[in-house]
Amino acid sequence: MPTTASAAAAFADVTASESTLRRFLHGLPGVDAVGLEARAASLGTRSIKTTSKAYAIDLAISMIDLTTLEGADTPGKVRALAAKAVHPDPTDRTTPTTAAVCVYPDMVATAKAALAGSDVKVASVATAFPAGRAALPVKLADTADAIAAGADEIDMVIDRGAFLAGRYLEVYDQIAAIRAECGDRARLKVIFETGELSTYDNIRRASWLGMMAGADFIKTSTGKVAVNATPANTLLMLEAVRDFRAQTGVQIGVKPAGGIRNTKEAIKFLVLVNETAGADWLDNHWFRFGASSLLNDLLMQRQKMATGHYSGPDYVTVD
Amino acid sequence: MTSPFEYAPAPESRAVVDIAPNYGLFIDGEFTDAADGKVFKTVSPSTEEVLSEIAQAGEADVDRAVKAARRAFEKWSALPGSERAKYLFRIARIIQERSRELAVLETLDNGKPIKETRDADLPLVAAHFFYYAGWADKLDHAGYGADPRPLGVAGQVIPWNFPLLMLAWKIAPALATGNTVVLKPAETTPLSALFFADICRQAGLPKGVVNILPGYGDTGAALVAHPDVNKVAFTGSTAVGKQIARTVAGTDKKVTLELGGKGANIVFDDAPIDQAVEGIVNGIFFNQGQVCCAGSRLLVQESIQDELLDSLKRRLSTLRLGDPLDKNTDIGAINSEEQLSRITSLVERGEAEGAERWTAACDLPEAGYWFAPTLFTNVTQAHTIARDEVFGPVLSVLTFRTPDEAVAKANNSQYGLSAGIWTEKGSRILAVANKLRAGVVWANTFNKFDPTSPFGGYKESGFGREGGRHGLEAYLDV
Repeated sequence: MPTTASAAAAFADVTASESTLRRFLHGLPGVDAVGLEARAASLGTRSIKTTSKAYAIDLAISMIDLTTLEGADTPGKVRALAAKAVHPDPTDRTTPTTAAVCVYPDMVATAKAALAGSDVKVASVATAFPAGRAALPVKLADTADAIAAGADEIDMVIDRGAFLAGRYLEVYDQIAAIRAECGDRARLKVIFETGELSTYDNIRRASWLGMMAGADFIKTSTGKVAVNATPANTLLMLEAVRDFRAQTGVQIGVKPAGGIRNTKEAIKFLVLVNETAGADWLDNHWFRFGASSLLNDLLMQRQKMATGHYSGPDYVTVD
Repeated sequence: MTSPFEYAPAPESRAVVDIAPNYGLFIDGEFTDAADGKVFKTVSPSTEEVLSEIAQAGEADVDRAVKAARRAFEKWSALPGSERAKYLFRIARIIQERSRELAVLETLDNGKPIKETRDADLPLVAAHFFYYAGWADKLDHAGYGADPRPLGVAGQVIPWNFPLLMLAWKIAPALATGNTVVLKPAETTPLSALFFADICRQAGLPKGVVNILPGYGDTGAALVAHPDVNKVAFTGSTAVGKQIARTVAGTDKKVTLELGGKGANIVFDDAPIDQAVEGIVNGIFFNQGQVCCAGSRLLVQESIQDELLDSLKRRLSTLRLGDPLDKNTDIGAINSEEQLSRITSLVERGEAEGAERWTAACDLPEAGYWFAPTLFTNVTQAHTIARDEVFGPVLSVLTFRTPDEAVAKANNSQYGLSAGIWTEKGSRILAVANKLRAGVVWANTFNKFDPTSPFGGYKESGFGREGGRHGLEAYLDV
């Protein structure tokens, strides 16, 4: 079974030096922005009804990394979120749990305790989230702290400054170092902050850089900048994981985060997954939504499908 | 593998369109029977269900319609351009208001997916009327001198692949410039033209300005040959186009012909591959490949052939073929049994000549006319499927080594309607586009249409231009 480690080994010659890495990344096929956005828009016109909609809603709920990343986060807030992750709809216990709860490192222990006995994972942002502007030892300590507190998954940010300055090997080495810190104790999600990388060519390069360096997931954004997950940048990253698996046999997950607020949008993303990377990715081991308000809309739609009427926001929990 | 995410059927409702059991000819503002009482049936190609019975125009009807158009011409052409524009704007708005109905109708009669009629055909139809409505009072500024005059009665014959859109391409510029029209829709797709007749009445268009004569080839031949027709506009096969050219030779009729094509879609090794794959799919599988400007010849640089073909086949396997009224259908039905047998025989010929066939695995419905997306590799310039227009969902893949070879192969065709260039290098786009003998060259896209852009062919793809300012010339005495 190929692993992220064997994939990293397969690219040893590519990542041997700054110049080989640059040549490889700049040799990836270009992305035509108009064509990419047109394709994403055309998949957005798929009409998902009845049984397939019910399937998609449950799948989307199960893929959510229910997130709170505020300076004002408190143990109470995190416990409420954890309870919601385990029982998203207290009136209907057939509702699937979310995939994970995503918090800052200092809240990991609280979340872990609140989720004890459930299958819901604890994801923690790390590496000086969201800016990533800290020295590597600080990022490593941040990561180690989260893992020590029990984090199952680490959501790291790349150094966009280094990336935009063309210091790709530095970005690679940092991801690899965090990867090593995670070991097999935590799955690693690598956040590119696509809104700051700005071009689709950059997003494709960052995707390959992250995958070669040992990411388990590639993730669009922090949710802290103006442009977060879009259908087009997620489509592009789905193409990247699809091509990476074709080349190496290693499957990498994708996580769009930020800006996906309602069921209709979430289903469009699932259509992108289905028709780009394929059905193998239709599972919360391989695809996640980084979101908070999305869950309530999914629950309202789920209730509507079950009862035939739309009950409104007072019939789902507000945390 | 099969996906657990099966899309449940999402059919567009048929209830939005009310198809009468029979329709007459539309002459002088009235629906009437054919003089000899002849009728024909139009069927839905996806189910073979008979949709309606249509009056079939004969020579006497053609004469009556041309006379009506002639009578209407005097007043219509004397109207100020701004007045003619009002009618055209009104028609455009009614088309937008009735677009869902017309999209469903077109899908039923033609077999193409609702996704295309809803998102491509109908918006473009309305856009053409809006665009030429805008020209009607600005003809002094079109570059043909002050007060350019219309020609008179236009005899127009349109194909079945984009029934209402081809009608719009023909009728909108004709009316804007002050001509009156006798139009013959294709025998397999007469319904949307007859609904358009109703829209003309709804818009209060003076009677006789637009006349619609459903019928077969002989109806079209009679129209083209009618001595009182001043302008002939035809879109269709090259064979019929040649016949028309012979008919009008020696007369003072002005002619535009928009005929076949064998468009080359050229993919260089520095192309944006994923978008090129989308462009190839859109180039040849849009409207089941029944498009005169289809990118039916894929010219791929040999160094990326394997990679590109793998991506292309993977993508073709995701195309959804089936009920055209389902909003998730990508590939609909072939328009007629006759067209299906033509496609089938050309594909058999391709196999017999040694090209390697690959067809996407998909279940074809039992009733109706269907052909699964197909591509041929190991095709050379000498193969019939590289030279003849298939007019179906069949792609021929050829390779090239250098830009010069790509240009030479692309131009080595009796046709010259469309071409596509895929490269990230802007200078290459400009250099290659200048050398391609094709009326339309798309760069990093394919099958994009806009009323402001002229469209037409080189060589056996026809002559004259439709669309844009250039499209006015075909209907003006200049």
